[in-house]
Amino acid sequence: MIYAITIYGEAGVFEALPKDRQDQVMSGHRALQDALKKKGDFVSMRLMPPTSAVMVEPAASDGAPPLITDGPFADTKENFLGFYAADFVNLSEALDYAKLISSPIARLEVRPVAWAGGAISSE
Amino acid sequence: MSDWLEATFAQQRPRAIAALARMFRDIDLAEDAFADACLKALTAWSEHGAPRDPLAWLLTAARNTGLDRLRKSQRRAAILSRHAEELQPMPAEIPDPDEMRDDVLRLLFICCHPELDRRDQIAIALRVVVGLSVGEIASGFLVKPKTMEQRITRAKKKIAKSPVAFETPTPEERGDRMGKVSLMIYLMFSEGWSTSAGPEQMKLTLCEEAIRLARLLVALFPAMGEQAALLALLLLQHARRGARMDANGRLVALDDQDRSLWNRTEIAEGTAHLQKAERIGHRGVYIIQAAIAAAHVSAPSSTDTDWPLIESHYAALYALQPTPVVRLNHIAAQAKLYGPRHALKALEDLTGDLSNYRWFHAMRGGLLQDVGEHKAAIQAFEAVIGLAPTTPERIAVEEKIAISKKELRGL
Repeated sequence: MIYAITIYGEAGVFEALPKDRQDQVMSGHRALQDALKKKGDFVSMRLMPPTSAVMVEPAASDGAPPLITDGPFADTKENFLGFYAADFVNLSEALDYAKLISSPIARLEVRPVAWAGGAISSE
Repeated sequence: MSDWLEATFAQQRPRAIAALARMFRDIDLAEDAFADACLKALTAWSEHGAPRDPLAWLLTAARNTGLDRLRKSQRRAAILSRHAEELQPMPAEIPDPDEMRDDVLRLLFICCHPELDRRDQIAIALRVVVGLSVGEIASGFLVKPKTMEQRITRAKKKIAKSPVAFETPTPEERGDRMGKVSLMIYLMFSEGWSTSAGPEQMKLTLCEEAIRLARLLVALFPAMGEQAALLALLLLQHARRGARMDANGRLVALDDQDRSLWNRTEIAEGTAHLQKAERIGHRGVYIIQAAIAAAHVSAPSSTDTDWPLIESHYAALYALQPTPVVRLNHIAAQAKLYGPRHALKALEDLTGDLSNYRWFHAMRGGLLQDVGEHKAAIQAFEAVIGLAPTTPERIAVEEKIAISKKELRGL
């Protein structure tokens, strides 16, 4: 089953860490990427900070174009920062892989994928 | 555990201090209360885990300890008399986003006090808003910690003498604050970018903190194109830092930089913010400068650079900001299109205004070299040496003098 390991945290906190702690976080990610590479195809993305985003809000009425806004006002709570997705034998294996990137500055969610297209297609 | 938490505290600090400064009408008390709250958090969060909303937790703790401090201090009467009803003990509510952004903008604007020297404005913003230690700021400015301590103390006194109103600003006031704060952030970056005499690491601090503050403005005011452009500009420039100096400590001109050393992630993020700024509209000085920086970083080499585009951007920038330095940069772009002789002719008009500006002479020297007038080139480069260049600049210029001297001997 394909699982997504999604990463939540506050944008900017990683950058505020001392260098050795940043290295510690990154070595976890390298370990996960190496392990996933050995398993086969996977996808992974680190998103830019939410400030770089633009929102496409639902149209106000039928036939109207969607409303494009320059993003929500700063939400000081957690942001979606990035994710990994790969085919795992079972939940327990997905959790073991997720543990590699656990750190005090991020909350991880391991969630089964209902459908995936592209490089790691579920079809 | 503490350094993980310190990163969270650093992240919350600008918003927290801004909200507390409005709560207490006193920046010193806001700083003390925030420090107390962080200390409490170190114990509480290590035992029970970090809260889902760290800012709310810190604000409540800081408000309570701030009130405790007030009760014990002589400032109490003065501060309480001004707004007794607001300072009843209660959980601190997170200010709504509109209030929060005005709070942070106000705090930054207070740092831009007109009676403060530009460097003191930057220093106090780094101390109060960013939370750098006096020692860190002192090394950023290459002064002794004691000197910096005195400067910050003096600056704080000046600020306290003419308080900024805590009412919601009018749109005009907000626009004015935004402009002044953005300029301060821009100059903070420039200060870091140009202080090449100091140890590499220290000057980078100013650049990095300027980027952090620019990010903060964009986060608080996402619909402001000019602030997105400022962030884009700083990122696109900062991305080139790894190629600015060679292994021998020599300053490397943009044309000669090893572009593989440019930071691709920062270029991508800068470009994304520039595109966002362009989508929002509003042409201003930062968006034009960011567009110029983007044209440079997207080119595979100096010769493959879209010089006509850059030249037209400089023409637009000069229309908004008709200063001799902008004109100088405009002429530098024209030199790429119309050749060194055209540029040398154009430079004549700037001789009076820029006779004390190192880059004027450095650029003139380079152009004179290009047309083979080595005697005049040496004179121009020697003028640079006479204007107290930084060490990396001096090394680069001395090498150019040597080249021209060699050419003269060869003739």
